[in-house]
Amino acid sequence: MTVATGARIGVVTFPGTLDDVDAQRAVRRAGAEPVALWHGDHDLQGVDAVVVPGGFSYGDYLRCGAIAKYSPVMTELVLATGRGLPVLGICNGFQVLCESGLLPGALTRNAGLHYVCRDQWLRAENTTSTWSTRYEPGAEVLIPVKHGEGSYVADEDTLDELESSGRVLFRYVGGNPNGSRRDIAGITDTAGRVAGLMPHPEHAVDPLTGPTDDGLGMFLSALDALVTA
Amino acid sequence: MTHSDLPETVRPDSVEHARETPELAQPHRELGLAEDEYQRIRDILGRRPTEAELAMYSVMWSEHCSYKSSKPHLKYFGTTTTPEMRSKMLAGIGENAGVVDIGDGWAVTFKLESHNHPSYVEPYQGAATGVGGIVRDIMAMGARPVAVADPLRFGPADAPDTRRVLPGVVAGVGGYGNCLGLPNIGGEVVFDESYASNPLVNAMCVGVLPSQDLHLAHASGTGNKLVLFGARTGLDGIGGVSVLASETFEGDESGGGHKKLPSVQVGDPFTEKVLIECCRELYGAGLVLGIQDLGGAGLSCATSELASAGDGGMRVDLDEVPLRASGMNAAEILSSESQERMCAVVRPGDVEAFMKVCAKWDVPATVIGEVTDGENLEIYSGDELVVDVPPRTVAHEGPVYDRPVERPAEQDLIAADNPNTLERPETPEQLRATLLRMTASPNLASREWVTSQYDRYVRGNTVLAQPSDGGVLRVDEDSGRGIAVATDCNARYTRLDPYEGARLALAEAYRNVAVTGATPMAVTNCLNFGSPEDPGVMWQFQQAVRGLADGCVELGIPVTGGNVSFYNQTGAKPILPTPVVGVLGTIDDVTRRIPTGVGEEAGETLLLLGETGEEFGGSEWARAEHDHLGGKPPQVDLARERLLAEVLRTGSRDGMVSAAHDLSEGGLAQTLVETTLIGECGARVVLPEGADPFVWLFSESAGRVLVAVPRSEELRFTEMCVARELPCTKIGVVDAESESLEIQDVADIPLTELREAWEGTFPRLFD
Repeated sequence: MTVATGARIGVVTFPGTLDDVDAQRAVRRAGAEPVALWHGDHDLQGVDAVVVPGGFSYGDYLRCGAIAKYSPVMTELVLATGRGLPVLGICNGFQVLCESGLLPGALTRNAGLHYVCRDQWLRAENTTSTWSTRYEPGAEVLIPVKHGEGSYVADEDTLDELESSGRVLFRYVGGNPNGSRRDIAGITDTAGRVAGLMPHPEHAVDPLTGPTDDGLGMFLSALDALVTA
Repeated sequence: MTHSDLPETVRPDSVEHARETPELAQPHRELGLAEDEYQRIRDILGRRPTEAELAMYSVMWSEHCSYKSSKPHLKYFGTTTTPEMRSKMLAGIGENAGVVDIGDGWAVTFKLESHNHPSYVEPYQGAATGVGGIVRDIMAMGARPVAVADPLRFGPADAPDTRRVLPGVVAGVGGYGNCLGLPNIGGEVVFDESYASNPLVNAMCVGVLPSQDLHLAHASGTGNKLVLFGARTGLDGIGGVSVLASETFEGDESGGGHKKLPSVQVGDPFTEKVLIECCRELYGAGLVLGIQDLGGAGLSCATSELASAGDGGMRVDLDEVPLRASGMNAAEILSSESQERMCAVVRPGDVEAFMKVCAKWDVPATVIGEVTDGENLEIYSGDELVVDVPPRTVAHEGPVYDRPVERPAEQDLIAADNPNTLERPETPEQLRATLLRMTASPNLASREWVTSQYDRYVRGNTVLAQPSDGGVLRVDEDSGRGIAVATDCNARYTRLDPYEGARLALAEAYRNVAVTGATPMAVTNCLNFGSPEDPGVMWQFQQAVRGLADGCVELGIPVTGGNVSFYNQTGAKPILPTPVVGVLGTIDDVTRRIPTGVGEEAGETLLLLGETGEEFGGSEWARAEHDHLGGKPPQVDLARERLLAEVLRTGSRDGMVSAAHDLSEGGLAQTLVETTLIGECGARVVLPEGADPFVWLFSESAGRVLVAVPRSEELRFTEMCVARELPCTKIGVVDAESESLEIQDVADIPLTELREAWEGTFPRLFD
């Protein structure tokens, strides 16, 4: 049931990116045209929004997302966010956005020290950002998490600031899988256009292959914003 | 002495030098070559082998590479496979992996392999490189790897060493597989005393490819280039050759014992992930004529395999091989097992385009040689010819042994040790307590602690994964065509009767594919046994091979490949004979897959398909409650298994079945526990009039499946069973309102209590 909207959403591929095909599929299901963006190109191909998907960019050597920050495509992306380009970072993409300074805080090793893949309940906290208008405030959604380094950390002042300005996007409920401070699963920038989260909405767009289709709302939200913009 | 202190140029032991020094003592025994094997090499070459040649022959003629003890028995697979069974096979035994045609222009390739010994020495890297190796085997068929599954076996769950080995192995499987972006969709975790110092770490990989893209490892066409690409070659994983390094050759200036070489390789999954994408692009552009992965025995294996499968000779220049250590000699370069490397045969005109694709993915690639019109594989180090051998003598014409086979006398004693004399629970209280204890026992408890460390979602095609009986994967997003895989083996059954045990393993894997709604179509295996030098072990092996092959004939599906792992024993005591069987199936439309948990539809009826007898030989009840292994394994009727699979397929296709779960270890009780907990939905069970509740709940009779059918379909489904003469017993109903598993006149157990028992064990043992 794909509705063509004419919107074009870029999906970045670094060497070691894993969930790019899934992000492209989610974009397509939401009704936009996915555009593959290559890490080595200084070119965003004029897309209307960008998803930085999950995986292990450049092997996640040194520190998750630390090398990706220096890629040509990220240089362009950081500049474009200054002009208001909506960006969603998922899992490794969230780590890359934090490393790039687009979002505050960092993601560290899970509290249990194991990689965790499970279906996770989340509560929608901010439903006014570019990526979350399709959710009711307080709605609980079931979306997979799968990561080894997803424990969100920031200093207390930053955490307070995120809370008071409504920049916490989703919070873990029914158990925190990784020890994130204040159960934070995802956050946005001050404008609400750049968002990052550890859970994988692109793996919850079809109940056949995911636990639910609860994740589709994030992509539909962005499309709403692009179409009305 | 460090590597940098080594002399820059060490004169290699060349063919010329070998001719000049025929009497030079060589360390062939230390490399595992018997006296007559060494003599045979001398006869083939008409001189003593060079150091590099000796290294090549010793690794390629090892049990692991040459199948010298198993070959005479494995032939039985070939002789029993009929043309009809072969009709869907595009490649079979002898290739890197078997390939079958699943229709719509798609082919699927799959294989199981062992990495047992390295995983005991270094659990994380052993398991990780096991995944890496099987994935490259699948890539070498021209396929895109799409899923992995890992059958694992360990010593007792509460043994201190198991707490060292299991977490490391699980983290290694996950650490490597997760980073490759391959969903893990199945596998097993089994505990038994016999694996205490010899865990079994088997790995399966499945790949898909358009049928016309099949790449076989051939190197034909004079002038075609040999390209080595992927990681650089280092000193890691040089197994046999480490002996060479510590042995001093007279006149060898490199000195003795200067290198301490790790025998377990270290994996870099990032490099392999990039290699997967790079290979896909190379195949897609038609730039590859032949390809071979570098695994055991490294370049010696790859070059001799490629050359012997082609119609010419090959010339290789070792100076071109990119190295990551200095001072490596020819034998070391040839035998290095550095991971994440592939070797391709490329048309000269395509080399530039090939290099361009590799550059895009930052994959180092180097032309290291070419196909010649000669007959021999010639390898140069500098100007010196260090290897000059007929490649088939290395790759395919190794020694073959007809080892003595003898049925051990103790088999009769084991068979006579009847489990029906063991004390049984009788009262409802005793039955309830037994059920809860068994649910929590390590071999039946939830494996979520393990499987939650594996990514099952990546690439978005996983339709079923653990805890389902079989994994189901979508292959074609447009048509919905998909595949199902399962691996199984109950080695306790195989210990009691290796022939029947192998047929039971086959039956269970077949059934586990069938319960997903898929049609089983091909078989692979990983045959894990003790020492082939023990006639009793060889008897187990011979019987298991025959049981598996005969079983495949009965089921009408072929064995497309496999792997043999011998010497799984510590001292004189071998592991339980463990022929792990993998079955692949296809499903026309993955939306028709049958889930494992009940409660999808309101008010389902629970039907037990198959017959229940008093069969406790090798059962989990006998082990968990009495630490007993004796008697006969359950009877297996493969015609019945075929019928069961047909009924399930029809049930899935016509929407008559809303859930299905196989009965195996732990019997009906365990199946009821799992299906209600997975479905998060209670059930009321009424056993047939006059049934012995203990036998019905815990017997492990084969050929049984529990299905849940929507009430509206019950009549249609049971009539189909009657018409097809498949025994079908109504044993209860699913109750969405209930939060317990109620077995009338036996027990009413809240799901929370069951869940605590089922899910508590692994975290308690391993966190």
